[in-house]
Amino acid sequence: MTLSTLFQHILTGISLGGAYALIAIGYTMVYGILRLINFAHGDIFMMAGYFMIFSMASLPWQIAIPIVCIVTIILGVVIERVAYKPLRTAPRMSIMISAIAVSYLLQNLATYLFTALPRAYPEIPFLKKIFHIGTVSASLVTFITPVLTVLLVIALMFLINHTKVGIAIRAVSKDFETAQLMGIRINKVISIVFAIGSFLAAIGSILYFTDRMSVTPFSGTLPGLKCFVAAVLGGIGSIPGAVVGGFVIGISETLLVALGYSTFSDAFTFALLIVILLFRPTGLFGEKNIDKV
Amino acid sequence: MKNSKKVTYSIILAAIILAFLFFLEANKANYGMAYTVLTKGAILAVVAVSMNLVTGFTGLFSLGQAGFMAIGAYITAIFLIPTDTIQDVYYISGVSPAIINFKGFLDSTPGWIQALAPYIALIVGGLAAALLAALIGIPVLRLKSDYLAIATLGFSEIVRAIISSPQLDTITNGSYGLKKIQGFSSIIQTFVIAGVCITLMVLLIRSTYGRAFKAIREDETAAEAMGINLFKHKELSFVIGSFFSGVSGGMLAMFMRSIDTKTFSVSLTYDILLIVVIGGIGSVTGSVISALLVTVSKEWWLRFFDNPLYIGNFQVPFFRTGFRMVVFSIILLVVVLFYQRGIMGKNEFSWDKIGNNFTRFKGFIAKKASKGGSDHAK
Amino acid sequence: MPNSILRLEDITMQFGGVVAVDNLSLEVNQNEIVSLIGPNGAGKTTAFNVVTGVYAPSNGAIYFKDNMITSNYPKGSMKKSYVGQNNGKYTTRMEKKPDQITKLGVARTFQNIRLFKDLTAFENVLIAKHMRAKANFLSATLCLNHKEERTMREETLELLDILGLTNVKDEKASSLPYGQQRHLEIARALATKPELLLLDEPAAGMNPQETDELTAFIYDIRSKFNLTVFMIEHHMDLVMEISDRIYVLDFGKLIASGIPEKVQNNQRVIDAYLGVQEDDEE
Repeated sequence: MTLSTLFQHILTGISLGGAYALIAIGYTMVYGILRLINFAHGDIFMMAGYFMIFSMASLPWQIAIPIVCIVTIILGVVIERVAYKPLRTAPRMSIMISAIAVSYLLQNLATYLFTALPRAYPEIPFLKKIFHIGTVSASLVTFITPVLTVLLVIALMFLINHTKVGIAIRAVSKDFETAQLMGIRINKVISIVFAIGSFLAAIGSILYFTDRMSVTPFSGTLPGLKCFVAAVLGGIGSIPGAVVGGFVIGISETLLVALGYSTFSDAFTFALLIVILLFRPTGLFGEKNIDKV
Repeated sequence: MKNSKKVTYSIILAAIILAFLFFLEANKANYGMAYTVLTKGAILAVVAVSMNLVTGFTGLFSLGQAGFMAIGAYITAIFLIPTDTIQDVYYISGVSPAIINFKGFLDSTPGWIQALAPYIALIVGGLAAALLAALIGIPVLRLKSDYLAIATLGFSEIVRAIISSPQLDTITNGSYGLKKIQGFSSIIQTFVIAGVCITLMVLLIRSTYGRAFKAIREDETAAEAMGINLFKHKELSFVIGSFFSGVSGGMLAMFMRSIDTKTFSVSLTYDILLIVVIGGIGSVTGSVISALLVTVSKEWWLRFFDNPLYIGNFQVPFFRTGFRMVVFSIILLVVVLFYQRGIMGKNEFSWDKIGNNFTRFKGFIAKKASKGGSDHAK
Repeated sequence: MPNSILRLEDITMQFGGVVAVDNLSLEVNQNEIVSLIGPNGAGKTTAFNVVTGVYAPSNGAIYFKDNMITSNYPKGSMKKSYVGQNNGKYTTRMEKKPDQITKLGVARTFQNIRLFKDLTAFENVLIAKHMRAKANFLSATLCLNHKEERTMREETLELLDILGLTNVKDEKASSLPYGQQRHLEIARALATKPELLLLDEPAAGMNPQETDELTAFIYDIRSKFNLTVFMIEHHMDLVMEISDRIYVLDFGKLIASGIPEKVQNNQRVIDAYLGVQEDDEE
């Protein structure tokens, strides 16, 4: 393929990667705090898509977007309170099964409420405007996504490293019980983490679905799993890692589809996961943990 | 309770079940729904027990069942699609010559082997699944539980992607699926096969190897210190569990008569997880009861959630298509949150326990009766 | 010349920059009861873990009945950060997993009881017999090994009897009182038919009377099962009473060894336990 086509695909890949990065951050933060793979995260992302469809039906986008963010945050926090909090002392398998159950519930709920037929994602006019840079052309959203992603990540890193809330979050990720003993309000910290993750998932869903035309109740499953792989690739628990992982997965997937191997693009992501888990389970930026007997 | 009594009760129970099945088979036109639902329940019971073997008894959180079932299903299907219709099934890209030759070879075997075709097909399907599990197990079984879950889930999706890829069109018919698969001869055949599979798994669990599996579940470090080779035993559990998942996948192919990769999506694994959790992780009896209960409810009784419900002229809100699955998901969540032990916890069915409960019940009645009697006397 | 059952040569265990065990050499001979003592954090359990294969040593070798069973030397990235001694003396690498070490005849108990909590006392001990079972999974599944199974069950009952656990054999391990849990741990270790028994703080949490019973018990099983015992302990009465020899660790280094009387009066040992007074230097 020509150089400009390659650039085109890379641009699309970076855009997809940006959306993936935002979702991956949600996974990595929740895992860092609760050691839980939040299977339901991808489905929260899917629900945000539906929220957007319904908000835009009666409201202008300037109001719809904040509403979608707020509702998604509420959804994420409620899920944590109802399905994960009661199981904090239960064996690891129980809380994972609970996450799977929530995922299952969200998918079935969406099928029940919105039917399994694809629903058209609303158009936000200015985002779909096509811009040209040299020989490469794409909609505005494709250009905005990576920029927005980087800005949000910078803001998040500032929050984590330079605010009281951030220190609390880091403390809880390092040592849950001691943080509690030191007077940190665990429930509040955990809710904040879920709120941040859900907010980023909502933004990610807007950026992702704008180019995609439609939402189904199962739109969140595959992106969800892929973003988890991205988080593992970058090092589970590391936010910069999740971002890097998201971009890597986004670009690889786009290139694979462009080269004609679209049926294998999903399988590729899983194969990548298995390779990482075998050879470098801590990912690119993760920390090693030694268990004492 | 004396062993001879236990054996007698078991035989009586088996006889009752068999009689019921014969009746159902003879009257299947009238009881179509029950027939279908119980068959599917029996098939899911096999895979539920296999998942329990790996997850509940050995402590390996594996979410790859759908993938192994898919392998068993496709291999069984290829065995069991009649040779004269196979070209029609692969109508888009044609059948691979290897399969034609294979079918030719099968047709040339003596009659009694051909009569055993379904059993051979199921076993080969199971062995193929087991072989894949053995290969996957080497890298994957040393991962921690959360990563093991995702890795097995990933493998399941990879299997599905490979089966449905256009490159394998002549073997698996790609995304078009396979149909015209020869079915079960009767519901009794289904239950007998399921019964044999489950019995074998129970025997394994009760053997010294089963105890080693439980040790690994309880405390890996201590198990290793007691001389149990962790990898060998985890691999054994995983491979055997996958064998039976493959067999049940083959059974599902025979039941559904046509399959495609959509049947074996992650949702199927989640459905089985639902069954295992409700029945009790660590209880074979629980998985069997739960498989039948959940399948019967899902396919039959709870369908009433999906239809509009009227009380007089008032339409009760919520009742429409899809509500049934929402109810199911909520039930699963409730069980996980409040009844983590499921129906049976880690207990199994035993005549002793029933005998004890019956004796207690008798004692309770006797006490109430004597109390009543003494009150009367006053 | 007594038979050497266990010999450690220059064993060093380094985690990153921390040297947990530094150049430890010791020997345990047949039918001896040898104790390993030292303040908390001295590296005693780490040494046990190296012997039982939980960790591969950073350097050094281990011999069981005069055969080398474990050996290692610093290599790769470890070479740069290695701070121990005797670098270059060992050139072979032999690592064994814990189950292989147990199969050779070395059994252990754990400092924090690691019983199979949800299983009964009987099952806990019966499982330890699995490793010596000759049946493969097919014959076990099809119950073709019923003779072996019966033998394993009989031996389990005998062991439970010796440890006074017969009346609780069908109780869940987690529901047993602490003392019986400790007994069960030992029963389970004995079920693997060991020649060398490693006890990690067997008297932890016991009152003086229980400790006396434990002392008698250890003598008893030593003669009954022809055992060699290597023990980590903090109860000094038990240690001084029962040990043939004692090794003392402090900060991973061996600071004293010998018969109990000698070790008791060793100034370095006393300092290690009580703490040395530092002179202020202005």
